[in-house]
Amino acid sequence: MLEIKNLKASINERSILKGLNLHIKPGELHAIMGPNGSGKSTLANVLSGKKGYEITGEINFEGESLKAVSVEERAQKGIFLAFQYPLEIPGVNTNNFLKTSLNSILKAKGKKELDTLSFLKLVKEKSSELGIDEKILSRQLNVGFSGGEKKKNEILQMKILDPNLSILDETDSGLDIDALKIIAKGVNSSRDDKKSFLVITHYQRLLEYIKPDFVHVLSDGKIVRTGCGELAEELEKTGYKKIN
Amino acid sequence: MRQQELEKAKDYKYGFTTDIESIRAPKGLNEEVIKFISNIKKEPKWMLEWRLKAFNRLKSIKEPNWQKPKYPKIDYQNLYYYSAPKSAKDKPKSLDEVDPKLIETYKKLGIPLKEQEKLAGVAVDAVFDSVSVATTFKDKLTEKGIIFCPISEAIQKHPDLVKKYLGSVIPITDHYFATLNSAVFTDGSFVYIPEGVRCPMELSTYFRINASETGQFERTLIIADKGSYVSYLEGCTAPMRDENQLHAANVELVALDDAEIKYSTVQNWYPGDKDGKGGIYNFVTKRGLCKGKNSKISWTQVETGSAITWKYPSCILKGDNSVGEFYSIAITNNYQKADTGTKMIHLGKNTKSKIISKGISAGHADNTYRGLVDINKNALNARNYTQCDSLLMGNKCGAHTVPYIKNKNSSSTIEHEATTSKINEDQLYYCNQRGLNQEESVGLIVNGFCKEVLQQLPMEFAVEAQKLVGISLEGSVG
Repeated sequence: MLEIKNLKASINERSILKGLNLHIKPGELHAIMGPNGSGKSTLANVLSGKKGYEITGEINFEGESLKAVSVEERAQKGIFLAFQYPLEIPGVNTNNFLKTSLNSILKAKGKKELDTLSFLKLVKEKSSELGIDEKILSRQLNVGFSGGEKKKNEILQMKILDPNLSILDETDSGLDIDALKIIAKGVNSSRDDKKSFLVITHYQRLLEYIKPDFVHVLSDGKIVRTGCGELAEELEKTGYKKIN
Repeated sequence: MRQQELEKAKDYKYGFTTDIESIRAPKGLNEEVIKFISNIKKEPKWMLEWRLKAFNRLKSIKEPNWQKPKYPKIDYQNLYYYSAPKSAKDKPKSLDEVDPKLIETYKKLGIPLKEQEKLAGVAVDAVFDSVSVATTFKDKLTEKGIIFCPISEAIQKHPDLVKKYLGSVIPITDHYFATLNSAVFTDGSFVYIPEGVRCPMELSTYFRINASETGQFERTLIIADKGSYVSYLEGCTAPMRDENQLHAANVELVALDDAEIKYSTVQNWYPGDKDGKGGIYNFVTKRGLCKGKNSKISWTQVETGSAITWKYPSCILKGDNSVGEFYSIAITNNYQKADTGTKMIHLGKNTKSKIISKGISAGHADNTYRGLVDINKNALNARNYTQCDSLLMGNKCGAHTVPYIKNKNSSSTIEHEATTSKINEDQLYYCNQRGLNQEESVGLIVNGFCKEVLQQLPMEFAVEAQKLVGISLEGSVG
């Protein structure tokens, strides 16, 4: 699904990722943990194709190099990023945004676009599945949303766009336990043998609800340890310092 | 060369001309030409005298020069003031009699008259160059006593109404371009809604400038009698050409007691090419008079075309409790310039006005909001709310807000809000990550920015306007 080889990334001549290797197979869920400033969000941004980084190394997605692939093309190929800080877009109806988004992805895949009725049906189904109040979808995109609502909205978008690779960038930060459960439910209900996840988090808390196949510790731009679920628990007890 | 032309034509979707033979008045501006126009329109003597009075006035006044966008001097003697499609000489009585070439032109513009008649429920008074060639839905309107016809026809058939109201809102002495229009106007629309009648459909006129080097001088007069309502749509496209074309229309609205007029414009004239060559000068005077108590006039404009847009659709709030509204989107890209806004003149008691202006500037363009809120000493408890938002794309364009407020009454409430922002890179990234390309993303964000104005437009116009907003900014983000 995703293969990263010796990935180095720098911004404004400051080097952030310093030779990162990662291999995610279809159906796997990988968690990336690490202290502040270790490069977690940079990894998410670089994978999504965000401009502004100097990049060397290789990123292959479903066997193809992503080198010359733009942000929107990556999204259309099935890479989804749940933002740490989802953007507010005043005047843009959330439902409308989501429909435009879904249809441009379907179109890029050569599939039939959804009409408004079938779209609304899909939204209703997915939001009730997650226990998300549909009302937020008739509001302006993320405008005046609480932190929790923004994150839930990201997960709902993930469910509707149905990507092959979902990257969650600290989606759990600042959430209460109910919101956290909704996020977890969104991920768990999407898991199957084809879909892969990269969950970036600070805390082990989320991993109580989402069981990762692998846990990686990112420190100073490199993966310094890889283990399974127990590694997260160990980190919770000992902190990151010991790992370094 | 050929290749270049093709490239140019591709840039402007509506860039084509129809080779219909034209009748023209001789070049130049003089009494003979005005007599020629009046004669060809079979006007009564009083109309000719009115025109000549305006022309005499014109000789003693100068073009204003306080606006921000400057333009090369216009040689008024080098313009044609009248040109008509020959085939329209004998007026067609139905669409079937209309020159098929004209119909074809409208089809290219996406205005299939025939289909429109059936599907959209819109009556179209189509102005091709200077003569109205087809007016539809007349019967349905006649039933209600509504008059919707070319103003040249109204001058002949309804002289009392025209005499009473023409020039009553924009006097012939008003300013250079309004006076010029009064002297040489060729055609336009006339609407009269009788007392207590709610116009059953949106009235619509599509303007189109066609013959080469023809200044287009339309004149529109809309009168809403007591307790009546009308919504009027104006949409424009023009073929591309290299010489600048002057467009100086006058639009007058009169709302009597308890009447309401809603006037919507989507303006998409040729803006000039990417280097700022060519394009229309859109110097238009639009003014509404809330003459009666509880009357309301609402202007909505989406200005995306023209090399220079210079206009201030205004409201004179004379009747007590009358309401004036101005909703505006002005988009300038490449080397386009706009200096637009409104004037709200509060004369009556408890008069209210609302101004929502959204200016979007990209490329090397320059966009100015200029507005006046004038509260007179007898306008007790007048209220105004003004909101001006500017959005900048890139760092070579400009946005300016010039609000004038004159308050002569201490009981009034005036609010003014203004913001200027740049299109946010992170917002674009967010949209891109959801699979939208750069242009779709810009269209989406800008449409969101303009939403308060777009939602004022009648449904069928809103869809067109939304598309236009996106198209106008194509290529503005790298």
